[in-house]
Amino acid sequence: MEKSDSASVLAKVDEVYRLESRRVLATLIRLLGDFDLAEEAVHDAFRAAVEQWPKEGLPGNPRAWLVSAGRFKAIDGIRRRARFDESAADLARHWEGLATGDEETPASPSSPGGEPQGLEDDRLRLIFTCCHPALAPEARIALTLREVCGLTTEAIARAFLTEPSTLAQRIVRAKAKIREARIPYEVPAPDQRPERLEAVLRVLYLAFNEGYSPSSGAEVARADLSGEAIRLGRLLVELLPDPEAKGLLALMLLHESRREARASDQGELILLEEQDRSRWNRGLIREGSSLVEEALLSRRFGPYTLQAAISAVHAEAETAEATDWAQIAGLYDVLWRADPSPIVELNRAVAVAMRDGAEAGLSLLDDLMARGLLADYYLLHSARADLLRRLDRKVEAAEAYRLALQSARQEPERRFLEKRLSQLEWKNPGET
Amino acid sequence: MKYLCLAYGDEQKYAAMSKAEIEEMGVKCKSHDEEMRQGGHLALIASLAPTRSTTTLRPLNGKTVLFDGPYAETKEQVGGFFILEARDLNEAIQAASKHPAARVGEKMGCALEIRPIEFYEVTEAIQA
Amino acid sequence: MKYLILAYYHEKTFEKTSPEEMKAIVAQCEPLDQALYATGKMEMVASLAATKDTVSVRPRQGKPWVTDGPYVETKEQLGSFFLIEAEDKNEAIRLASMHPAANLGENMGWGIEIRPIEFCRAKENAPPK
Repeated sequence: MEKSDSASVLAKVDEVYRLESRRVLATLIRLLGDFDLAEEAVHDAFRAAVEQWPKEGLPGNPRAWLVSAGRFKAIDGIRRRARFDESAADLARHWEGLATGDEETPASPSSPGGEPQGLEDDRLRLIFTCCHPALAPEARIALTLREVCGLTTEAIARAFLTEPSTLAQRIVRAKAKIREARIPYEVPAPDQRPERLEAVLRVLYLAFNEGYSPSSGAEVARADLSGEAIRLGRLLVELLPDPEAKGLLALMLLHESRREARASDQGELILLEEQDRSRWNRGLIREGSSLVEEALLSRRFGPYTLQAAISAVHAEAETAEATDWAQIAGLYDVLWRADPSPIVELNRAVAVAMRDGAEAGLSLLDDLMARGLLADYYLLHSARADLLRRLDRKVEAAEAYRLALQSARQEPERRFLEKRLSQLEWKNPGET
Repeated sequence: MKYLCLAYGDEQKYAAMSKAEIEEMGVKCKSHDEEMRQGGHLALIASLAPTRSTTTLRPLNGKTVLFDGPYAETKEQVGGFFILEARDLNEAIQAASKHPAARVGEKMGCALEIRPIEFYEVTEAIQA
Repeated sequence: MKYLILAYYHEKTFEKTSPEEMKAIVAQCEPLDQALYATGKMEMVASLAATKDTVSVRPRQGKPWVTDGPYVETKEQLGSFFLIEAEDKNEAIRLASMHPAANLGENMGWGIEIRPIEFCRAKENAPPK
């Protein structure tokens, strides 16, 4: 332990808070068996750190110190209540008996694999619990952002364009359900893991997309949520090196790599083929591409990995013209088998158009429309419009752009569609 | 902790099943029933007569009024139920999911509803 | 013969009930509950957590798919249930009519459903009936 001056110690406490508070929380939730009590305990622990570390010096293991302090503050608190309540006294005794997790403990019923409790990162328990399918989807994402990422309720509410009180209620409700229905604080057993992990990945991707392209509003993207989702994705891959988790992280990194090029300074939307590739973040592309390779090698990959692979092929192309559309179309074929959703079908049609020509792509899109799918999805109409435009079927293209405008809600996308529409109607000399 | 599991299905669709389909379901149900028995979590299991045999009682203007049929008209009805004893929700879901309503009968609107039980009491009568 | 008795109520209304109103309701229910218990025909009684703590599991491509919340949306929700032993339908109706939900709570959507049980097995030790 070193004694340092007050200011540098307090700066250190801040740093520890930034880096470790979530992990401390996750462990305290396990020890105290309650989200709210654990949150209080974290606050108390850091308050104690601010008081004691300047005097005693920095502890060798700050996280362990904080967990210990938080736990004792909680036991103290419940002891005071124990004078009136026997069950509180029982609880205090129970908490005291629990190992904090920095030492190994023998297998217990709540560690199905017989793994020592200490070695399983409590953050993994926390992530799986917050993303439990028994919780409403909106509740999962709110709870995860709050508890795992440490975002404030206000920040989350702002990101989702909800009232803070609504969001706070959602989180309260979720914690109550965890208590009442007895959702356990554990990493799912291996046979449950695929579906449970899928739920986690879905939450992450939702958060990322909300940050990348929010459901409505004037901005093209809100950076904070995407950053949080990526941070969480990195943590997940670190704790659970699953191929699909890597695939999702890769997908998010590759999308993120194009953030600077996606919109003009005026907030205008720029399509992939028109983006200034020098503004793409090569570091993120490298990281994403190597994750894709790792995931593909495992042969246990799924839709996220495939989408990331497609994104990686785009990222490799020096120019839009150099894009390997054959590879992309091939990847979409595989993706469509794994995930036969209309949106995948749409994207596959666009790739086929690039590889085999506009007619081929258009017939696939017309087929989608004929089945009544994606009628309210502006990208379907916009894709059709683009192909019709390339085929010089201008009247039909204009019709399709108008349909697209009916379902487009974001300002930058609307402006883009209106521009395309006006380009059709205004015949510039020499325009094909 | 105890959980009530309600097994839902679309009665009309059941009625429309062919003999072969009914037999196939029966086989699946039997093997699942055995699995549940082995599981050790089961406190009670029961199957119910179709909803046409249901009677409803409602207080109206201070009197108890009798109606023929279920309390609420729903597309899917409860065909059976069981009570599980489980350490936590995951264990309950695992055990409950062995029931056919959670695995087969997708086209017949089958599903399970799992509800935590707050209070539970068995009198001596049922042990007989 | 065994019958399943289901007691329904309107959850949202119930949640808005004040503590005083609640006390009054409980006071009215007590004598009815006691009379029902005294018949000796009750075999099992259970009350449920609110529907917001419900979980649904349904088949999706042959595998169980877990979602939050109830499977069916109804105006009134199931609050408690019990098993009774009765000679016939008439006796079942007579017994069920003693339950508070058949007599009170009209403005809270109270009601009773009586369903004959075709098959019942309690624990591994008891033989099936």
